[in-house]
Amino acid sequence: MANSELWIVRGGGTTLLQSLFMAQRVSIFVTCIVDQLFPNVGLAMADVLERLGYQVDFPEDQTCCGQPAFNTGYRREACQVARHFLKVFRDSEYVVVPSGSCTSMIAHHFHDLFPEDPEARRAAEALAQRVWEFSKFVLEVARVDDVGARLEDVVTYHDSCHALREFGIKNGPRRLLANVRGLELREMDAAEECCGFGGTFSVKFPEISGGMAGTKIDSIVRTGAKTVISVDSSCLMQIQGALARAALPVRTMHLAEVLASR
Amino acid sequence: MSVAFDEKVHKTLADANLQLAIYRATGRLIDHRKHAVAATVLPDYQELRTQANAIKKHTIDHLDHYLEQFEANVTAHGGKVIYCEDATEVADFVLGLAKERGAQLIVKSKSMTTEEIDLNERLEHHKLESVETDLGEYILQLAHQRPYHIVAPALHLTRYDVGDLFARTLGVANETVVEKQTLIARAVLRQKFLAADIGISGANFLVADSGAVVLVENEGNARLTTSAPRIHIAVAGIEKLIPRAQDLAVFLKLLGRSATGQALTVYTSFLSGPRRAGEIDGPEEFYVVLLNNGRTRLLADRAKRESLYCIRCGACLNHCPVYRKIGGHSFPWVYSGPIGAIITPQFLGIEHEPSLPFASSLCGACAEVCPVKIDIPKVLLDLRAEAKQAEGRKGANRMERLAFKIWAWVMCHPRIYEMAAMVAASVAPAGNGKWLRSAPAVMNLPPVRAWLSQRDLPPAPAKSFRQLWRKR
Repeated sequence: MANSELWIVRGGGTTLLQSLFMAQRVSIFVTCIVDQLFPNVGLAMADVLERLGYQVDFPEDQTCCGQPAFNTGYRREACQVARHFLKVFRDSEYVVVPSGSCTSMIAHHFHDLFPEDPEARRAAEALAQRVWEFSKFVLEVARVDDVGARLEDVVTYHDSCHALREFGIKNGPRRLLANVRGLELREMDAAEECCGFGGTFSVKFPEISGGMAGTKIDSIVRTGAKTVISVDSSCLMQIQGALARAALPVRTMHLAEVLASR
Repeated sequence: MSVAFDEKVHKTLADANLQLAIYRATGRLIDHRKHAVAATVLPDYQELRTQANAIKKHTIDHLDHYLEQFEANVTAHGGKVIYCEDATEVADFVLGLAKERGAQLIVKSKSMTTEEIDLNERLEHHKLESVETDLGEYILQLAHQRPYHIVAPALHLTRYDVGDLFARTLGVANETVVEKQTLIARAVLRQKFLAADIGISGANFLVADSGAVVLVENEGNARLTTSAPRIHIAVAGIEKLIPRAQDLAVFLKLLGRSATGQALTVYTSFLSGPRRAGEIDGPEEFYVVLLNNGRTRLLADRAKRESLYCIRCGACLNHCPVYRKIGGHSFPWVYSGPIGAIITPQFLGIEHEPSLPFASSLCGACAEVCPVKIDIPKVLLDLRAEAKQAEGRKGANRMERLAFKIWAWVMCHPRIYEMAAMVAASVAPAGNGKWLRSAPAVMNLPPVRAWLSQRDLPPAPAKSFRQLWRKR
C-alpha cells in the first residue's frame, strides 16, 4: 500500500490511518418518530453502539425517510425528502436505523423514486448498501450477539413486518434477547401477524387497524409477558396505544432499550 | 372509502360470530398450506415459485402468440374459441347458443370469471335456468350472495346457517350435519346434471400447446358439468394461458398446496375438444370463451401486469390480516383480499375504486405466500401513486395534498422541522408520561381523532432526541 493512501479521506471523513487507531464511525438515523416521540430509543441505540466500540455520529440535518408520503401515494413529496436524506448521509460509511420499516424505505424504495435522475438513483443504490437496521448491524457488522445486557423481565417479541419480510430479520433479535441476563422470552402465537399500524393506514382505516391491534394484544396477553419487544417504534406505538386503551399492564420496549439495560 | 364500505367493515367487525368463523376458516387454510409447503415435504417449494413466476411472466409478455396457438389447437380438436370483450358479449354468446340448440337448463361449476361478469343473473334475466353445482356456490346461489372467498365461497356461513337456508329454500327438514346437508344438495343436483343441456365451467389453466382446458376441483361436479351435458362452454380470462402441458408440473404442485394444503386436488381434468369417434363420454360441442373485461388494460402496463400472473389460489386472502378482519363481502367486487385490492381498480379503472389500494397495512404477508410471486405490496404502492395523481388532476382531496406538500417542505428544512416540532411538542400534553385517552382541542385534527378512536396517544416527551443528544 502506498504511503499516501493512508491519508486519503474515506467515507465518514476519516483517513485509513485514523481508522486503524480510532473507533470506527457510524452515523445514526434515529427516524422522525424516535426523534419526536421516543427519544430514549435513539439514546439507547447510541449507547449500545458506543459500547461496541463505535464512534456515533448524529447528522443534525436528518429529518424523515419520506415513507409517510411514499406509502400514501405522494411520490413527488417522497422524492424530495429522499433527496434531502441522500444529501445528509452522503458521506456516512454506515447508517444505522432503529427501524426495519424506515430501513426498507431507504434500501428498497429510494432508487425507484428517481426514474429520470440516474445520478440520484446511483446515490440511492450506493446508500442501500450502507444502511443497516440496528439488530442486523449488531449481528452482522459488529458480529456480536451478546452485548452484556441485563434485564429481569418476561418478554415477548413482535416481528415487525418490514424487518421480517423485507430483511428476513427473524432469529437475530431472538439471539440477542437470549443473551440478555435475567430475560425470559415467551413466543406469542401471532408473532408474525401485523400489528395494524401501516402508517397512514392507521388513521385512514382506524377501525380495521384497531381490529388488527386487538388480535395482536390478545396474542401478547396469552403469553403472560410483561413487556413486548420489537425493532420498530411505530409498531410499538400502535401496540402500546392499544394496550393502554384496554388498560392492560403490559409495556413496550424497543430492542435497543433492552440491549442498553444493565 | 365509500360509505357502503365503511358500513360493511363496521358490521363485520362488530359480529363476533362472523369474526370467529372467518378467523377459524382462514386459520385452518393457513395451517394446511404451511404443512403442505414445508421443506420436509416440498424441498423445492421456493424454486417452484420462482419457476412459476418466470413461466407466467413469459406467457403474459407473449400472450398474443400463446392465444393464437391455443386457438389453433382447440380448433384442430373440433372445438371453438370465442373472444369476448365484456360481460354482455359472453351472455349474448351463451344465450344465442342456448336458443339455437333449444337448451333449457344449464349446470355450472365454480368459476370466479363467471362471477366477475354476473353470468347467472344475466342468464336468469332471460329465463334461462343456470344452477351452480359446487356445494359452496350452490349454497350462495340459494342465499343470493356472492362468494366470500375465491376458493371457499361460503366460508362465512356455518352449518346452522346452511341448515336454515336449505329448509327455507328447498323445503327440506332443517339438517345441521354437514354430511347430510351434502346429500340433500347431491339429490337436487344429480337431477340437474342429468337434465342439463349445457355445462359451463371456468378454467384453472389453458394449455397452449395442446389446446386443453385444465380444471382442478374436489367435488367431481366440474367433471360432471363438463361431460354430462351435450354442450360444454369453458369461460376463462385470457391470462389463464400457460405455454406447455409440462408447465403443469410446476403449477399443479403449487395450486392445491397454496389453496387448501392439498398436494393435488381430488380431481384434475384435462379437457380438449368434444367427444371423438369411439369415445364413450364427453360433450358433443366444446367452446372456450376467452374474456377480456379489462385485462388488456393491465397488459399494457408493464410495471403492474404481474397482477395477471394470479392463479386464484386464495392464499393471500387467508394470510391477509385485513381480509381476516373485514371478510370478503366488504370488498367492492367479487375478488376480495389483497389480489382483489390490486385487480379491482385495474380491471375496472382506478377512478372506480380509488381508495381500495389504501386499505392495507402493507405488511407483505400476501407476497410471502403468493405461489407465483406477485409483489402485491409494490403494486398497491403504484396504485396509490396513480390514485393520488388522479386526485390531483381532479382537484380532489386538497387538504391532504396541501398537508403533504407542506410536510415535505418542512422535512427538507431541518431548522424549520425542529422549530415546528417544538411548537407541536409545546401544545401536546406530556400527561406525566402516561398515554392519553384524549387530546386537547388544539390537536383536534381528523388524523388525531381517528387514532384516538381506537388507541391511546403517546405522551409528548420533555425533549426531542436531538435536544437530548446535544446535551449528552
